[in-house]
Order: sequence, then C-alpha cells, then structure tokens
Amino acid sequence: MPEARNITIEVLRYDPDGDGPPYLQAFPIEFTDDMSVLQGLQQIKDFQDGSLTFRWSCRMAICGSCGMMIDGTPSLACRSFLRDYLPGPLRVEALAHFPIERDLVVDAGDFMAKLARIKPYIIPKEVKPLSAGEYLQTPEDLERYEQFSHCINCMLCYAACPQYGLDNKWLGPGVTALLHRYNSDSRDGAAGERMQLAHEPEGVWGCTAVGYCSEVCPKAVDPANAVNQNKTKSAVSFFARFLGGE
Amino acid sequence: MERLDFDVVIVGGGGAGLRAAIAAASLDPKLRIALVSKVYPMRSHTVAAEGGAAGVVLPEDSLEHHFNDTVTGGDWLCDQDAVEYFVAHCTEEMIQLEHWGCPWSRRPDGRANVRAFGGMKIERTWFAADLTGFHMLHTLFQTSMKYPSITRLDEHFVCDLLVQDGRAQGVLAIEVATGEFKMVRAGAVVIATGGAGRVFRQNTNGGIVTGDGMALAYRSGVPLRDMEFVQYHPTCMPGTGLLFTEACRGEGGILTNKDGYRYLQDYGLGPADPWPRKKAMELGPRDRLSQAFWHEQKKGRTIMTPSGDECVNLDLRHLGRAHLRERLPQICELAEQFLGVDPAEKPIPVRPAVHYTMGGIPTDKLTAAPLPGLFAAGECASVGIHGANRLGSNSLAELCVFGKVAGEQAAHFARAHDRADASVLASQARDAEDRALAPLTRGGTERLACVRDAMARAMEDGCGIYRTAEGMQETCDTLAELRQSAARIALGHHARGWNTEWLAALELGYQLEVAEAMAHSGLARRESRGAHQRLDAGCTTRDDARFLKHTLASRTQGAPRISWSEVVITKSPPGTRAYGAAGEAAEKAHVEPIAKAANA
Repeated sequence: MPEARNITIEVLRYDPDGDGPPYLQAFPIEFTDDMSVLQGLQQIKDFQDGSLTFRWSCRMAICGSCGMMIDGTPSLACRSFLRDYLPGPLRVEALAHFPIERDLVVDAGDFMAKLARIKPYIIPKEVKPLSAGEYLQTPEDLERYEQFSHCINCMLCYAACPQYGLDNKWLGPGVTALLHRYNSDSRDGAAGERMQLAHEPEGVWGCTAVGYCSEVCPKAVDPANAVNQNKTKSAVSFFARFLGGE
Repeated sequence: MERLDFDVVIVGGGGAGLRAAIAAASLDPKLRIALVSKVYPMRSHTVAAEGGAAGVVLPEDSLEHHFNDTVTGGDWLCDQDAVEYFVAHCTEEMIQLEHWGCPWSRRPDGRANVRAFGGMKIERTWFAADLTGFHMLHTLFQTSMKYPSITRLDEHFVCDLLVQDGRAQGVLAIEVATGEFKMVRAGAVVIATGGAGRVFRQNTNGGIVTGDGMALAYRSGVPLRDMEFVQYHPTCMPGTGLLFTEACRGEGGILTNKDGYRYLQDYGLGPADPWPRKKAMELGPRDRLSQAFWHEQKKGRTIMTPSGDECVNLDLRHLGRAHLRERLPQICELAEQFLGVDPAEKPIPVRPAVHYTMGGIPTDKLTAAPLPGLFAAGECASVGIHGANRLGSNSLAELCVFGKVAGEQAAHFARAHDRADASVLASQARDAEDRALAPLTRGGTERLACVRDAMARAMEDGCGIYRTAEGMQETCDTLAELRQSAARIALGHHARGWNTEWLAALELGYQLEVAEAMAHSGLARRESRGAHQRLDAGCTTRDDARFLKHTLASRTQGAPRISWSEVVITKSPPGTRAYGAAGEAAEKAHVEPIAKAANA
C-alpha cells in the first residue's frame, strides 16, 4: 500500500439555515498519492462531518458535477490530486460567481436557463426521414464543431469569467461554445436564429477577451475561441445589414 | 405537501429516461410529461459510457449475426423475442441520434463509422471517439429541450412509488435543495434509473448508481429478475475501478500478464494469432476475460500496483500516438491524469471491476413490468436481452430502443386509464414521507459510511467473479445484519435542504435491498452460466435441464423468496458457448444448421 501523508483541507462552509456568513473550516486528513481532492472531501464527509455538502458522481471528469474553486482556481475536484497541493493547507470553495446553496453547492439555474435559450439542438437545414439514413458528414465537417461539443457543462469557465462575475446577464463562455457548436454543424440550418442571441448586448459582446475560460476548461473546448469567432461573425453581419446586404 | 399532476412520470434522466420522455412527447404533444432526476440529467451515468452502441450497418453483417452474438454472449439466458425486437430497432435509433446531432465518428465518405467490440462477429459498434455515452446523453438532453410538454424536476430524489388499485399511479419525490416533498400523480410511471454497481466495492460506476428504481419496484411487490448476473468489466483502473473502454481492444489493444504473455490463450480464447481477430482473445466477451484474470491472479501471474490491487497490462503502444488520440482520447486523458501513464509509451495497468447489472425489473418486450402502469427501460430493467452476460455496446443501444418503447407505451397506458383519487394517494404519500424522514430524526450508534462499506466488501467477497455457496451464504448473513445496522444509523446532518447525507441513507436502504436480491438469487442458481460462475461441487458447469430459467427474487419480511420463470426461446436452442478456435467450430455445428433450416 502507498504511504499515507497528511494535509489540511480548508473548506468554505455556508449554512443557509443559520444566520452567519460563510466561514472557513479546517479538516486535517490522511491521504495517499493516488487520492483526488474529491476523495479527500468524501473522507471528511464519511468520517468527520456528515454535513459537508458537495455534488459529485462519475469520479472521472466527464459528468461535470464537482466543479469548485481549489486554491482559487476553478477545478474539477475529481481530477485534482491532493499530492499537488503539498504541503497545504489547500482551500476549497464553491464555484465563484454563482449563488451558494450550501457549502460547495451552487445554484446552477442560470446556466441551465441560458443553455435552453440557445436552442441547443439540431434544427435541420433539410428534413429527412430516418429511412433515408444518416446525414453525410465528412471527418472535416465533424472537425468544424466537434471540439465545441465536448462541453461537459461543469461551469468552470463561468467561475473563471470576470465579466460574468460583474454582470451575469451575458450568455457566458460555455453556452456560447455550444451555440457555436450547433451553428457550425453541417446538419443545422438555424444559425441565423441563434446569431440573434449572439448580437444582443448580452451576447458575445459581453466578453472582454480575457481568455481565462479556455485555460480552466477541463475538456479543451476553448470557449474563448468560440466567442471570438462569433464576434467576427456578429460584426460582419452587422456591417452587412448596415450596407443592406442582409 | 405540494401536489403535481402529469400524464406520464419518468424517473431517471439518463439515456433511457430522456429517450422515453422524447418519445412520449412526440407521440402526443398534449400529454404532460414529468422527468424526475436526482441530478441534472446530463450528470446521469450514461455520460460515462465510452466505447459505443450497436447497430447493424455493414453489408456483410446481419440482424441474424447481432441476434446470435447477443444470445450466445448471454449464455442462452436471453428472452429471444426481446432480442429479435432489439436487433431490429438498433440501427434506426442510431440514425435517429444522428439526426438529433450526435457527433458520431465518420468514415471519409461521410457515413457513420463502426468498430469491433468483444463477442461480436462483424463490426457494428457506432462510436463518437471514446465519448459515446457522453455525446448520446448530451444529444438526448439538449434535444429534450425542444419539447415544451416535458417538465423537468431536476435534483428531485424519488423516495416512493405510489400504487393504488393495483396500478402504479405516481411517485413521491424530495426536492433536494429544500428537502420538501412533492407528490407527483400520473397515469403511468416509467422507471429508468440505471444500475446498482455501487453495491460492490470496486466498480466503474458513478456515486449515483445505487439501484433506486429497482428497489422502488421491489418494495412495491415487483420481483427482481436475474439479479445474480453482475458484469465485471475486465479493464478498469486498479483502486478506483474507473473504466478503460472495450474499444481499446476493439482498436487492437492486447492484454498481457507479468511475463508479457497474452494469457487469454490459456482460457479457451486462443490461438493468439493472427491478431486482431473477432470473437477471440482480447475480443472475447467480458465475463470470460474477467474470469481469465481471476485465474491468472491465482497463479501469481498478475502485477501488484501501488493501490494494493493486482493488475495485468493493457498494451496499446503498437496503435501509435496519432491513432490513440483520434480514437481513444479519453482513455489517454484518464491514463495520463489518474495514473501518470502515457499509453503510447507504456501499458496501462488494468483489472476487473463491477460494471453492469444484467438483471432488474422484469418487463415484456414492450417494457411493461408485472405491475400495471409501470414500465422500465435501461439498466434498471430486465427486458431479457442480456441473459447471463451483456455484450459490450448493447446497453447504449438498449437505452434508445427500449427507452422509446417505454415512453410510447406509458403514453398509451396513461391515455387509456383514469387517474387515482388524489386524496387517497396523498394519504399514502404522507405515510411514505414519514418513512423517508425517519433517518433524519432517529438516534443511533452506526455510521453510514461503515455500513455502506461493509455491504460493498461483503458483495465483493461473496458475489465476485467466482462464487461458492459458502461465500454467498456468508454475504447473505452479513447483509441481513447490515439491514439491522442500517436502522441504527445516526446522521451528522439534520437539515432538510441539501442534506446529501440523508439522501445517501435512503440510497443505502435501496442498495441493501438490491444486494440481498443479488446474493440470494446467486445462492439459488446452482450452476455456472455467463457472469455467474461457481466453484462448489456440482455447480461448476451450465445445467440447462435445471436452470435454463430466470430467477425472480421477491421481497418478504425476511430474506427474499426466489422463484423461477421460463426463458423465451424462439429460434436458437441452447448450444455450446465458445470463442476463439473452439467458437468457430461451435458456430459451424450450431448456428449454420439453424440458418440453413430457416432458409430451407
């Protein structure tokens, strides 16, 4: 068995039923080198404090549940390893820029509502029956949108986005990446409809091109790139309209 | 208590639940559909499926081949009418997903590509790199947003199935954020809550995979079928159990022991070369590969890992970095981030871990459970297509094929039946509320995590890859004791809103029910078939004369009562199940004469 070491996890606690503001609580734990921050939190919940609350499920960085701030950086707890925070203590807090519901759990309602707004589904350019088989899409066609389809909705990019922190009306990086994903899909015919959302003040122009969103993305979706491409498109279509070209 | 009224309520927002919701909404836009999920639907465990989904497309493939692979793979415990329905509808569901935007990997000509999986005669696994479940789930979830008649109750935990006049008529749910109870009345109920792999210690499953729907049905008097059949996936991460997809082997990966020897050739899967070769060696079925690991470990030919678990090597180096990045990007990421291994440079240490429950809520081929008004689809269901061992890539296809059927059938049922009297249902719901609240208020001496871990260890010890009567009996005894312990659990958290410890206590109650059904069904099946392998005398081989039957575990006040039901055989009488060279010979002797007879 691997050698156990010690580290302290400081967790930002918040109890909606109490009257106090959020506070930091330190939990010393024993860990082995293969343990993630998530496993550290599970150990605390199991054996020190059953009231510690956080979301988690898959443990393998694909379900998108366990986003939180770890030492100030938006991270997935399941693929952050305790050994990387030695000698500690490491600080774990709820994702920035979202209302906290309890401890490390944030209200994801805003993200979910924005996702629904962009019509995140194929609105086909040409409707065909199932009996006609699949739409042809070459590997090059796929390449145009595939990266943007990798968004696991973990919301780390929202916690990284200073603009979203200032004004959460803007669509934000992840949802813009998904808007771009559908608009870039050769099967889809509703780019014009979705671009209306991008043109709005809360659309792509909410972004001030900091680019931190792409740095923290655990799936290399590169939302900053999606936003920038749409700024270009939005500008081109603005001038095209101005010139009576659209 | 808030009361909500719907036509159809679907419990579970993974692949099957979403497919059911879309099907019901498409069938009749006037129907009001509730989709209840204890997590946001895109967190559901469908998300973690990697390798792909089956659907016949190649000209050299056929529905016959898919049928035979499935029935042979299931060691003839499949209900063949359900398998026939299944194979006939897989491909259209794959195309449907394509029309909804699923980013299937493509061939240069723009058609969807397919790859080989274990126990498969011809390539028929549709895939989106090694993120197939993720893409299917997000495609279904995002597509579901198109339908205004689907009302989602996200982060709502179902704690009871409401039954009245002998019919399933709704559920009782706890809103996780507030701890408030909601009575959801409906004309029909679909359960699509996934499997129960978390009852075992080392498993590939997410924390949410706790058998909720199986236990809900079981507590309502529905027996659970074939629960002894639990699949160990052969290539998982030592320690955590995280999955390395079968597609690693489909793409040409090999398994070697501590001497660098391809040990599968010693267990009826060889010869080793030429490679790759379908239905042989590393492309054998999961049960056989996990069993081979067990023997290698006994022989001392496995490798010790830092987590204390033995492993073998999954060697992908010969596939080359570029191919690995294209076809298996998530595998590369998992190996690098969790193990510090670059699969293009070094083999990945792997071992078997619990992956899938073949059994579940029994349904007919149209997903109807024995309780009227109740339908089930996906891993929580036992529609009969997996038999004693599921074939890789059949479960993702199953979600779609039977999820759709469940949604449509539930819609038809709801239209044809009146709703229950709300006040009678409400009194039932209040009783259920009291039961669900009990863990919050009672004092006790037991710790939740200790009871849960003891259960998981007992299951691994007694109901693992190989089993004996003695070991299973010991597990049954331990589980009976743990049920007593579970009633004495003291929680550290007593709030109602966002109390995940309370919900975990309710989940543990579900898990113990399911674990008991598994262990007692295993004890009753005195033979070896598929994933249920026994070492005790008289039980080491398949015994069709006595056990070509499904087990049914029914809940009682004490231990589950085990009874038996017939297996539906339509065209493939039980034959020899073999792979590698022996498999080719068996196929000549068994399958070909049947095909000839059918054509004559």
